[in-house]
Amino acid sequence: MKDNIPSLEMAFPVRARDFLAGGDGAARIRRVLQQVGFPPAIIRRVAIAAYEAEMNIVIHSEGGELKAQITPEVITITARDTGPGIPDIELAMQEGYSTAPREIQEMGFGAGMGLPNIRRCADELEIKSAPGQGTTVNIIIYNR
Amino acid sequence: MKLREVQAILKAEVFTGADKLDIEVEAGFGSDLMSDVLAFACGRVLLLTGLTNTHVIHTAAMIDAVAIVFVRGKRPDKTLIQAAAGMGLPLLGTRLLMYDSCGRLFQAGLKGCSREAGDDQVASGLADNKTRPEWLP
Repeated sequence: MKDNIPSLEMAFPVRARDFLAGGDGAARIRRVLQQVGFPPAIIRRVAIAAYEAEMNIVIHSEGGELKAQITPEVITITARDTGPGIPDIELAMQEGYSTAPREIQEMGFGAGMGLPNIRRCADELEIKSAPGQGTTVNIIIYNR
Repeated sequence: MKLREVQAILKAEVFTGADKLDIEVEAGFGSDLMSDVLAFACGRVLLLTGLTNTHVIHTAAMIDAVAIVFVRGKRPDKTLIQAAAGMGLPLLGTRLLMYDSCGRLFQAGLKGCSREAGDDQVASGLADNKTRPEWLP
C-alpha cells in the first residue's frame, strides 16, 4: 500500500461467547463502507467475511479483536484471537466441517461454512494458527 | 412481489415494518443456518427462518435482506423487534411451516436463489459470482 493514501482504521474488541454483541463490529464496518460509498457488491463481501470472522472469535476463542483497514483501493480485515487455535487448517476450510458445540449449532451457526464463506468473499486470505497459540485471520478484498 | 402480497399469501402477522409493506422483494431464501444465508442468499431477498435470535437480524443486515418472515409460529421477542425496527427491517410471522411457506410464495411467482442454466425461475440481481460457491449449479 502506498504511504500517501489515507487509510481509515477501526478496531473492535470481541468477547468470547457474547452472542448478543457478536456481529456488532462487522455491522459497524459495513455501515462505514456504505457511508464512504463503496459498491454494494464489495460491501457485501466485506460484511460477510468480517461477520463470519467475528463470529468465529465469539464461538471458538477466548476473545480477540476485529480490525478493519480501509483505503479506496483495498479493504483489509484482521481477526485475531487468543484461544485453542486450529490444529488442521485445511480440514477447517472444508465445507461442513465444524467443531462448534450443539448449542451453537442450534443458534444457526457452526454449520462448517464460516471459513469457506470467508474464502469465497476474500481476494486474499491468510490464516495463522497453531494449537494453543490462537488464530489470526487476514482477509484482503480489493475494490475493483 | 410486494411484501404486502407475501403477508397475504402467508396470512402473516406484522411484528414491525407495517409502513413498509409496499417494498418489493425479488427472491426468497429459507434456512435456519445463518452461514448458508450468508453464502447463498441473493439480490433483494426475503429471508424465511425459524430462528428468532439476534443473529438472524445481524445476518439479514449483512446481506441487505428486505424483510424476514418467521415460520412455524415462531415469535421474536421485544428486544429483537425493537432492534429490527431501528434498522428499518420489517419482521413478519406465519404459522405455516417452512416448506409450505416457501412453496406458496414460489407458486405465486417469488423466485429462489438457485441458479441453473436455462432456468427462468432464477432471481436476477445476484450480487456477483464471488459470493457464490463454485460447486453450485
